[in-house]
Amino acid sequence: MLEPNSKAASVTFDGVTKLYGSAATGVRAVDNVSLNIEAGTLVTLLGPSGCGKTTTLRMIAGLEMPTDGIVRIGDQNVTKLPATDRDVSMVFQSYALFPHMSVLENVSYGLKFSGFNKSETAQRARAGLELVGLANYDTRLPSELSGGQQQRVAVARALVLEPQVLLFDEPLSNLDAKLRRQVREEIREIQQKLGLTVVYVTHDQEEALAVSDRIIVMNNAVIAQDGTPRDLFEAPANRFVADFIGEANILDCEISAAGEGMATVKLGGYQLDLPRRDNPDGKSLLGVRPNRIIIGKAGASNSLQGRILRSTYVGSHLELTISTDLGDLFATSDDVDAPYAPGNEVSVTFAESGPVLLNS
Amino acid sequence: MVKTSHQQAFAHPTLLLWLIVGWAGFFLLPWYGVEDSIFTFTWMTEGYPTDDDVAPAFFHALGGRKIWLLPLVAFLIGPLFALRRDKSDPLHAKILIICGALGFGWLIAQGFSIGIRGWNFQWMASLFGPLEDRQFGMGTGAMLTASAFLFMLTQGIAGRGAVNGDIFVVGAIGFVVTIVAAFVFYPILNMLASAFVTQEKTYSVTVFFEKFTDRRLWGLGCFEGGRCGAAWNSLILAILVGFLTTALGLAFALVVTRTGFRFKKVLRALTVLPIITPPFVIGLAIILLFGLSGNVTRFVADFLDISATRWVYGMPGVLIAQILAFTPIAFLVLIGVVEGVSPSMEEAAQTLRADKWQTFKTVTLPLMRPGLANAFLLGFIESMADFGNPLVLGGNFDVLSTEIFFAIVGAQYDQGRAAVLAIVLLGFTLAAFWAQRFWLGKKSYTTMTGKGDSGVHPLLPNSLAWPVFVVAGIWTLFTITIYVMIVYGSFVELWGVRNTLTFKHYVTAFSMKLTDGGIHWTGSAWDSFWTTLQIAAIAAPLTAAVGLVTAYLLTRQNFAGKNAFEFGTMLSFAIPGTVIGVSYILAFNVPPIEITGTGIILVVSFIFRNMPVGVRAGIASMSQLDKSLDESSLTLGANSWQTFLNVILPLLKPAILAALVYSFVRAMTAISAVIFLVSAEYNMATSYIIGRVENNDYGLAIAYCTTLIVVMLLAVALLQLLVGRTNIGRRLNQSRTNV
Repeated sequence: MLEPNSKAASVTFDGVTKLYGSAATGVRAVDNVSLNIEAGTLVTLLGPSGCGKTTTLRMIAGLEMPTDGIVRIGDQNVTKLPATDRDVSMVFQSYALFPHMSVLENVSYGLKFSGFNKSETAQRARAGLELVGLANYDTRLPSELSGGQQQRVAVARALVLEPQVLLFDEPLSNLDAKLRRQVREEIREIQQKLGLTVVYVTHDQEEALAVSDRIIVMNNAVIAQDGTPRDLFEAPANRFVADFIGEANILDCEISAAGEGMATVKLGGYQLDLPRRDNPDGKSLLGVRPNRIIIGKAGASNSLQGRILRSTYVGSHLELTISTDLGDLFATSDDVDAPYAPGNEVSVTFAESGPVLLNS
Repeated sequence: MVKTSHQQAFAHPTLLLWLIVGWAGFFLLPWYGVEDSIFTFTWMTEGYPTDDDVAPAFFHALGGRKIWLLPLVAFLIGPLFALRRDKSDPLHAKILIICGALGFGWLIAQGFSIGIRGWNFQWMASLFGPLEDRQFGMGTGAMLTASAFLFMLTQGIAGRGAVNGDIFVVGAIGFVVTIVAAFVFYPILNMLASAFVTQEKTYSVTVFFEKFTDRRLWGLGCFEGGRCGAAWNSLILAILVGFLTTALGLAFALVVTRTGFRFKKVLRALTVLPIITPPFVIGLAIILLFGLSGNVTRFVADFLDISATRWVYGMPGVLIAQILAFTPIAFLVLIGVVEGVSPSMEEAAQTLRADKWQTFKTVTLPLMRPGLANAFLLGFIESMADFGNPLVLGGNFDVLSTEIFFAIVGAQYDQGRAAVLAIVLLGFTLAAFWAQRFWLGKKSYTTMTGKGDSGVHPLLPNSLAWPVFVVAGIWTLFTITIYVMIVYGSFVELWGVRNTLTFKHYVTAFSMKLTDGGIHWTGSAWDSFWTTLQIAAIAAPLTAAVGLVTAYLLTRQNFAGKNAFEFGTMLSFAIPGTVIGVSYILAFNVPPIEITGTGIILVVSFIFRNMPVGVRAGIASMSQLDKSLDESSLTLGANSWQTFLNVILPLLKPAILAALVYSFVRAMTAISAVIFLVSAEYNMATSYIIGRVENNDYGLAIAYCTTLIVVMLLAVALLQLLVGRTNIGRRLNQSRTNV
């Protein structure tokens, strides 16, 4: 078995910019991004396609060179170091298994160039295959494996090098849903068992929430928010993050001063006090998750008045669309026995820790 | 695993290596060319190290005689200060760039400035005063030192972060650029400059236009029953040959890969035949069949009771011969492409309710576009540059390549006209090149990704299979006939006069005697035969290597000036051998590179003549390998050289084989450049045969050709065995039994 990795190192970006083409007409794939990924953690780069997350990953790998800024792995400045000389390995979206080599040869490939002798190489490669549960497949060619198995070979191939940082570029996008859940749990388990630093790129927010210690959400070449899954979900910094991660109702509101760091939020006839989060007085945006909406009897005081538009039973809960003066709200209710029928008048309030003010 | 500081002293093994090479070149090895091969070590006994002929540069400079070599010492010592510095230290790169560039520049500058008669340029003599000393062509020492400077420079450039700081890639680019500049651009520019030279040895533009607008070049007389200009003839011929060879090559590739045809191996072998045939042999065989007294012509004339004509001389004959000669090239290019189309794409199309024919038309064929375009381009350029067939069969049908030959060796001896014709020829080939780029556009044709691909190629639809079979069948029959004629001809005492069978031609050429001292090669052909084998065996791997490295750089790396780079590497292919031959003689007859009359000039000319085929074959195959394969190898700690060796090369075996076979065979069969470059010591088979033909000794010529064909067949088989195949686990064998 492989030992916990003592070499896991942090990754730091300091004002990194990547420009394709000329400064005037070129595309800014990554724009003045600074981030810090601690050793031994799994951090996800999440964002819609074209947001710069893959470019960021490739700059960690050394497959792209930043136009500007500094990249560090551990204490070492690796900004100009090519991929070969970095102690980083990567699992590709296409797996990039060498079609002319057997599974064992694929897994041994990197070890061969790392100064291990023959017996040690074979031993480590086999340990890696064992770790991903493919110990008996060593002589097969990649084309003789299923998609999930190919994926695991790719993981084993990267793992056995015990890299300072392990990179995943949308590793699950070619797998079916069930396998995806299984493999992502395996990846997380291996990461924690071996204490690896992992940087993981995906555009699937559920995947990101499930595996990450921290998530860095990117949009339009910059970082939109950087935090734990719970932070992102419960306190999205801005409209983009609230919208991109999970589902959210985003409502226009008016805020005014109320005590230290707090603000009074007015939504039509409904008023509540929330942390201000640096929003100035006046117009603002409020984000509320569907499961944080409380539905009560019509006519209750300090609430929004609404009418049920749609009610859908999805087994574990009800999904409701409620029409209010502020627009349609999307809500879920765990009370599957509640008799909400389209047309019913209801009142709507928000759970205490649910809604957050957003920076537009 | 971690490449850290404790290895400081050996942090730059490549740099250290080249420094040692540079020192060896400067301090140890003879600076100028020596009489025999450097490996005979006879120079050791000829007054080394002080005698002028064999002295290393250091000893030349030491005596205060050739003081212009002295500055090089500084540039060889400078890099020592870079050796101990980290790669990310800007000073490391700076030192290397300065020492490399100045050292290389100085070496070149002194080489061109000072020749066998002292100063090469008048103004230098007046500036520095007359020079008593002189120098000869550069030798092993100078070459090694120059290489050391070059790679120092490229390492410095890599150190500054060019191409992701990749030493191998920058070095490879620098190397290819340098050799292409030295052996393609320099001689060609040298030659083209003469297009502007008047009889009084001054430069003039009017001289050029006068020759350019010549009626013999652009006339359209053939529409009025007269003769057309050579330019039009070449163009029309090349377009026809390009289309027809591509179509035939595709038909063969499809028969071999996509049908249940049982004799694929036979067909494969058969299509290789014309490529291993010296070009003029096909011309001769066609005359034997279709000439005025040819078998077929006679038969048809008797049968229809009409008089025989000389119809085959001119366009028809040249066209037939060129198609016979160049279809195999298209086949070799296309077979890799047809095999490379990912079966899963075709399977995907079939599951999307496309039938076999629709799949072929909408998926397979479009994915083969790069291959088709490459095949056409090769056919077009080969036809433009072909010299042997138009010479034998052209009659009154003038083409550019033969016109160039006659402009130089003929009574007219007009170097300027030859240069102008070469410019026109170059214009056509470049236009074809750009047309190809335009047609391919920016679409992606990547079909082999990093995922294991286990699909099965579908068989051809019946509506296509039959025409393909028929075309391939007729062509095969025709090819067999041609070769039967050649073999038969070699046993006939005197064709058309005394048709008795005899071995005498073989005996004259290849007799040997067993004596006490061993075997005596008494036949008249042995000399040229061994030389040819030796030169071809040296040239082939070098050509394949340079070609594939270039293809790798073009498909896998991005760097400034890549388009110019591609153009440069393809240029030598667009220039007919006659021009290459003449320009080489002019350029390399004098220092600093003095190799006329040696075997080196033959090897060099073969490398640069045939390299583009390796490049094209490599590009066609490599553009089907997904880039994530390289990248994953790089992130696994292999450097780009190791990646090239372990990942790219094994997946490129078909392309390697194509490049090796082609360059070996072309080195043995080439004639146009060779005829200018051979010497008494290094005579090649083809020029020997031409000599026999000129003496009307057809029997011996054909017998020699037959022997060459057999030898090349064996060589091709041997290469196939050596290179082998890479198993990537497609279910090929199963599929054939299942379907």
